[in-house]
Amino acid sequence: MEGLMVSDANLTVYIHPSMANKIRGAILSQLSSLLFKYDEMFEGVLLAYQVDGRSRSARILPGLVPHIGVKLRASLLLFSPKPNMFIEGKVVKLGRESVHATVLGFSSAAIMLEDIRAEFKYKTRDGVGTFTSRYNKHHLIKVGSIIRFIVKSLDEEMLHISGSLVPPNTGCINWLSKHEVDDASQKERGIKRNRANGVEENALEQDPSFFHSSKRSRSHKD
Amino acid sequence: MGIEPVRSDMAIQEVEDGYLSDSAVHSSIAEILERVSKPPNMVAERDKDLYEQLLVIVNPLTRKKNLDEEILFATALKALSGVVYKISTIYHASLLRNIFSMCIWDYGLDTRTALLELIANLAVVPDKFLEDSLEMLVRNFQPPERMCGYICQTRWRGERKRINGQLHETLCSITHLVPLAPFKLKGILHRMMPTFRTRKALLVTFVECMLGLESNEIGEYLSSTLLSMVVDLLVDLDVNITWEDILKEDHNRSIFDMEVEDLENNAENNSVGSQIVCRKGEGFGDLKYNMTDKLDCVMVIVCEHIKSSACDGRLVKIFETLIESFLKTVLNAHKSKFSQFIFFYACSLDPEICGLKFAILLTDIFVSKTEDPISRMSAIAYVASFLSRARFISSAVVSSIVKRLVEWCYDFCYVQASTERIKNPRGHRLFYAGCQAVMYILCFRMRLLMDIPELKEILFNLPLEAILCHPLDPLRVCLPTIVQEFLRQAMAAHLLKKPFLSCDPNDLLESEFSKAFGGVERLDMFFPFDPYLLKQSDRFMRPNFEFWSMVKKTYSNFNSDDDFDDLDPESADEGSHDGLDDEELVDEDGEDDLGCSMNNMSITPRPVFEMATASGGSIPIPSRMPARIRPSVSPI
Repeated sequence: MEGLMVSDANLTVYIHPSMANKIRGAILSQLSSLLFKYDEMFEGVLLAYQVDGRSRSARILPGLVPHIGVKLRASLLLFSPKPNMFIEGKVVKLGRESVHATVLGFSSAAIMLEDIRAEFKYKTRDGVGTFTSRYNKHHLIKVGSIIRFIVKSLDEEMLHISGSLVPPNTGCINWLSKHEVDDASQKERGIKRNRANGVEENALEQDPSFFHSSKRSRSHKD
Repeated sequence: MGIEPVRSDMAIQEVEDGYLSDSAVHSSIAEILERVSKPPNMVAERDKDLYEQLLVIVNPLTRKKNLDEEILFATALKALSGVVYKISTIYHASLLRNIFSMCIWDYGLDTRTALLELIANLAVVPDKFLEDSLEMLVRNFQPPERMCGYICQTRWRGERKRINGQLHETLCSITHLVPLAPFKLKGILHRMMPTFRTRKALLVTFVECMLGLESNEIGEYLSSTLLSMVVDLLVDLDVNITWEDILKEDHNRSIFDMEVEDLENNAENNSVGSQIVCRKGEGFGDLKYNMTDKLDCVMVIVCEHIKSSACDGRLVKIFETLIESFLKTVLNAHKSKFSQFIFFYACSLDPEICGLKFAILLTDIFVSKTEDPISRMSAIAYVASFLSRARFISSAVVSSIVKRLVEWCYDFCYVQASTERIKNPRGHRLFYAGCQAVMYILCFRMRLLMDIPELKEILFNLPLEAILCHPLDPLRVCLPTIVQEFLRQAMAAHLLKKPFLSCDPNDLLESEFSKAFGGVERLDMFFPFDPYLLKQSDRFMRPNFEFWSMVKKTYSNFNSDDDFDDLDPESADEGSHDGLDDEELVDEDGEDDLGCSMNNMSITPRPVFEMATASGGSIPIPSRMPARIRPSVSPI
């Protein structure tokens, strides 16, 4: 899955003087207030953070209310989906005209009929709707399956993703992980990808330290 | 999107014909939508007409006259929910406007279901309609203006429950698909929450629906917001009732004129798109609302909600959030009168956990050095009133808190303020408030504490005399009525050995001091849990409420085996003319005798008291609470 990364950030947290006797709590609540919201500064959504260290000295900033600026280093786990990225989500609703999935449990994605490639056909069996591939009947998408799709567009405020199943290497991840390597040569690879297969990605998802860390320096105002 | 797979299958099995004609409607509507999805000058006349026809069918303003029309409408809605992805914000703006301004209260069950399904489907289309959909649902938390007259009647209760249930279901299904929807919902609720000026029926249905949300899935995310919004509303209503209104309540209903501008704003908000009901012409009789009545009804809803969550075993969780909003709003609201009783009620449902927590939290605030003095003053007022009035709080808890308070007072006068030897009511107001609280609690609880040997021993070991004799002289500063009663009970129980000068009633008139320590807010006279005066919600409070008349005093009604029978004759004489003790037990069910049970242990600022002090010298007239608010003559 793309779009997840760990960043090392140098932050300055501005703390209200009323919190001067509980700096640590103030820093944590300040950072927590950023969780699950899109932040332009990070160009993504903060999923988790860890304060690595903070400077011993803090400056009192002049102003109407003299806030305390505490410098600290933190590692941030960010989710920043961009158009044409491959991301994965769990299907929560599936109908004749659309597939709805949630990504990482909080961001919602919808794939409309026009964005589902013709290979998939809607079928109902025993009252349960599925999208089944015409070429391989084992390749099917139903409620509960994990799918890989590409990001078409994104509503940053609500993290509402409009996805697409048009590229050939999208679909149910179970099936793709088994067959992608064999078929890779036959498929057109229009979009830059640097991952080999889904199994490894799952491992990555479990262990954030696997992620390549990008060094960034950001400052944050409250 | 749209039709659930299970549903469509059922449709195939059951009514094959119906399904086919439905699907024909679906495809034709999809076609119309597609054809008008281009710049207006490129749309063919015929398509325009068809689209217009669709708008006529899907129109919130035309009431559906007969069943056929309603069925056609429902079918159109179902068809639209199948093709939501074809609806564009640019080309179908008028259609969307019509859909989002509909009022689900206007339609029957089937149509409502279809409409809500359409809304749910629109909400999950990425990046487009979420906000509008949520807003439409929240607007439907309350009925349209024209239904105000009868919506609260009991025969509508079932319907109201059904509609609320459907709204909750829709919101939950949206949350299931868009997990971050509650964040958005929070903002919308804040924006659309009715104010205390809103008409009673609308306010009540909205709050009812909102609290219903708290107990389902969305409550996981929004519990604290929803509860704090309700508490804020209660405080708003509360502070708009003045004591003057209550005092003259008995015969004149307190009626609040509503500002016309506000009503107009509300009318617009409540019926966007639907008929704006113009009430201006109907005379100003309709514009007058009764704040106490509204507060009473909202209190009933909140108490019922707390009760139901206690049945579900969620009380402790809810109490956490309630306490937060208590600290934020209620504690520092200037003499709030009734809203604090929801905490009283919540505590009464779980005295061991919630009641204890509440009492300890308040004591902590009082003792804490970092809290601001006003909060500490109100906290001590709450502790005193709560421990005295809450029948469910065990004597052991009372004794431990009294002990803590006495220790704090002792510490204050012998350690912190040891250098100052003069009465300074304003400077030492926390100390005086603490002493007054101890005395007030003991007035109510002394007898009960005396009945348990261990607690009696604790009480006798407290340095009460040392505090009362200290040069800071709390007996002359605290409220005379409390001091008098306390001394009387303490003497009878032999809690105090030395005779106190202040036993002389004429000595107790220095209420100027007590005024000074209470400050302009008169926090010396703030007793948050004085008898509850709202009529309908009284049933929640009454069973656990200790009325002064029911308090067993140390000096009266002795059983033969009691060890206090050597009653101090002096104090007995005193008692005969201060009007404190000869109250008879109130019949709990009788409403009329409630008035006489409100005696001077319920102290409320009122002119009588000041007059008594101004006249100087005479015995203070025991302050009396008004009997009871009779908020509304009209049935709900």
